Amino acid sequence: MTSSFDFDGRPVRYRPGQTVGAALVADGTRSWSRSGRTRRPMGLFCGIGVCFECLLTVDGVPDVRACLAPAHEAVAVHSQDGPPSRHPSHPSPTADELAEGAP
Amino acid sequence: MTAVAGPATPYDVAVVGGGPAGLAAATTALAVGLRVVLVERATALGGQYWRQPAPSSGAGRLRFGELHDLHHGLDTFTRLCNRVLEGERAGRLRLLLRTQVWTAVRTEGLVVLSTAGTGAGASAGEVRARRVVIATGAHDVALPFPGWELPGVMTIGGLQALLKGSGVVAGQRVVLGGSGPFLLPVAVGLARRGATVLGVHEAASPQRWARHLPAVGRNPGRLAEGVAYAAELARYRIRVHPRSMIVQAEGADEVEAVTVQRLDARGHLVPHATRRISADTVGIGWGFAPVIDLAVTLGCAVAAGPDGRLVVTTDARQQTSVPEVLVAGETSGVGGAALALAEGELAGYAARDGLAGPLTPTPAAGPGSLRRRSTVGRRRDAQRAFASALHAVHPVPAAWSQALTGPTLLCRCEEVPVSAVRAVIARGVDGARPVRQLTRVGMGWCQGRTCEAACALLVAEAAGPSAAPPPPFERLVAQPVSLGLLAALDDRHDDDPPADEPFLDDVGRV
Ligand SMILES: Cc1cc2nc3c(=O)[nH]c(=O)nc-3n(C[C@H](O)[C@H](O)[C@H](O)COP(=O)(O)OP(=O)(O)OC[C@H]3O[C@@H](n4cnc5c(N)ncnc54)[C@H](O)[C@@H]3O)c2cc1C
Ligand code: FES
Repeated sequence: MTSSFDFDGRPVRYRPGQTVGAALVADGTRSWSRSGRTRRPMGLFCGIGVCFECLLTVDGVPDVRACLAPAHEAVAVHSQDGPPSRHPSHPSPTADELAEGAP
Repeated sequence: MTAVAGPATPYDVAVVGGGPAGLAAATTALAVGLRVVLVERATALGGQYWRQPAPSSGAGRLRFGELHDLHHGLDTFTRLCNRVLEGERAGRLRLLLRTQVWTAVRTEGLVVLSTAGTGAGASAGEVRARRVVIATGAHDVALPFPGWELPGVMTIGGLQALLKGSGVVAGQRVVLGGSGPFLLPVAVGLARRGATVLGVHEAASPQRWARHLPAVGRNPGRLAEGVAYAAELARYRIRVHPRSMIVQAEGADEVEAVTVQRLDARGHLVPHATRRISADTVGIGWGFAPVIDLAVTLGCAVAAGPDGRLVVTTDARQQTSVPEVLVAGETSGVGGAALALAEGELAGYAARDGLAGPLTPTPAAGPGSLRRRSTVGRRRDAQRAFASALHAVHPVPAAWSQALTGPTLLCRCEEVPVSAVRAVIARGVDGARPVRQLTRVGMGWCQGRTCEAACALLVAEAAGPSAAPPPPFERLVAQPVSLGLLAALDDRHDDDPPADEPFLDDVGRV
């Protein structure tokens, strides 16, 4: 039970065979990213690679799905402050804007 | 013995997906003499049902055997995996793990699958085959409610995937809600691993099963399963609350409490019949949505299944409207692993029919004999009848949208509130596609996979019961790939696996 990877500068223990996301949850970490607009905290939701809520940076590669990435001794994992490769160039309209007229 | 085709020669059959359906299709195709390539995105075979940890080494590694008690039918899984291995050894099957098919085209009577490795150093490639069996499974349907975006709220499939794939319990005080029998194994699995399951809130009422007794009678296995779960739920003192629904989650940075509410016989919320429960984890599941992207891209006809969700249309042999394409498992309708196995086997035979004409009947009950095919066909039909009953007993109740508030996020990726979607629908827009264009619902990372069901339900509610189901969200790319990878595409026919890993390492010990 000695394996660990580096998460934002601290070691997170894992059992080989687990995903990065599972190891973080087992470690008590529920959230490691923030949404693009409202900065809400995000973590695992679908658990199988469908929802993209669990993105983080692994070894410098951003937008890795924590629920799919196998945990390795070598990986360095960083939380993401929002999905950088998707910062919305077209923010979603609000209900008020929509009610007033065509967007 | 013929060697597996090299890059220049097409395979007889490409199977996409290594879950129960894909495994059955690939091993059946092998058994009737075809040359097969099996493409699976995950690090190991098994799909959702037989999900297992990534192969690994090192101290304290997670062993498949430790998760044994969370699985059913592992002997079948081991047998199928061994056949895959034998096929590989004999040079008649190629297994591409950690490889996702991100799009597909038909050309000159062949299907060309564009693949990409998953993970670091992903490389692009192409797989060419005369027939393809699409067995890409399903994903959870999660309908929104206020607070569903809080960390600690997960799909029940996600909770199960953490358990089966990583041996991790997502939290200690868990409330589950939604509809369908899948809530039960998740509750039991979590309890077995030490979580306190504070309640299972099932929106349907079980008395409805009384109307579907013939379908139950045809599937004694399912009945036995239900009885076993009931016993175990009792042992762990887990209460199943029928006609009850999670209507809200609260918490500062993660979930701290949920509110549940009773439903009346028509599926509407009973005013003030609420209860607040302190919890750190919430699991939600309203059934599953078939993953039909590749079949849609290849032009296969789709239709609403018994639960109203779109499935790929097939004939009795699992043949789609496109001659080169067969589908099996949840892709052709959600109905569980036993149905997926039967459909996979039938698809394997149909692939052979398409290439060699109908098989000559043989007296023996061997693979592909008429007797075998009709046995499997009957099994498939019985399971499908059960699945239809299940969808009838567990519909999405009217209450699901009564719990929504204006600011509830309908689309989590683009953070579009329910009010924005309702405003567009109120302006007379009908159909999920214009709603999508006007609100950016479904335009984010997940491409609508999380919000499509809720969006379609809101549109359908406004349109009234007689309206046709909205067409599916179109996705040219079934799996996300990087722009760098697209730029690096050349016209090589390169089907080398991205990395070689011993996938059966742990299964051998089962
Ligand atoms: C998260 C989740 C957990 C579930 N857990 C259980 C459970 O514990 N018990 C139970 O009875 N039922 C469970 N189910 C229901 C389950 O879908 C079926 O019972 C059964 O697994 C269906 O078999 P299948 O072969 O049709 O699909 P799956 O088992 O889902 O297999 C599909 C396979 O295709 C692969 N795939 C998908 N798209 C691609 C692509 N583009 N390229 C390459 N590979 C691809 C996937 O990685 C997957 O391995 C679960 C469903 C979900 C969504
Ligand atoms: S939790 Fe949904 S993609 Fe990882």
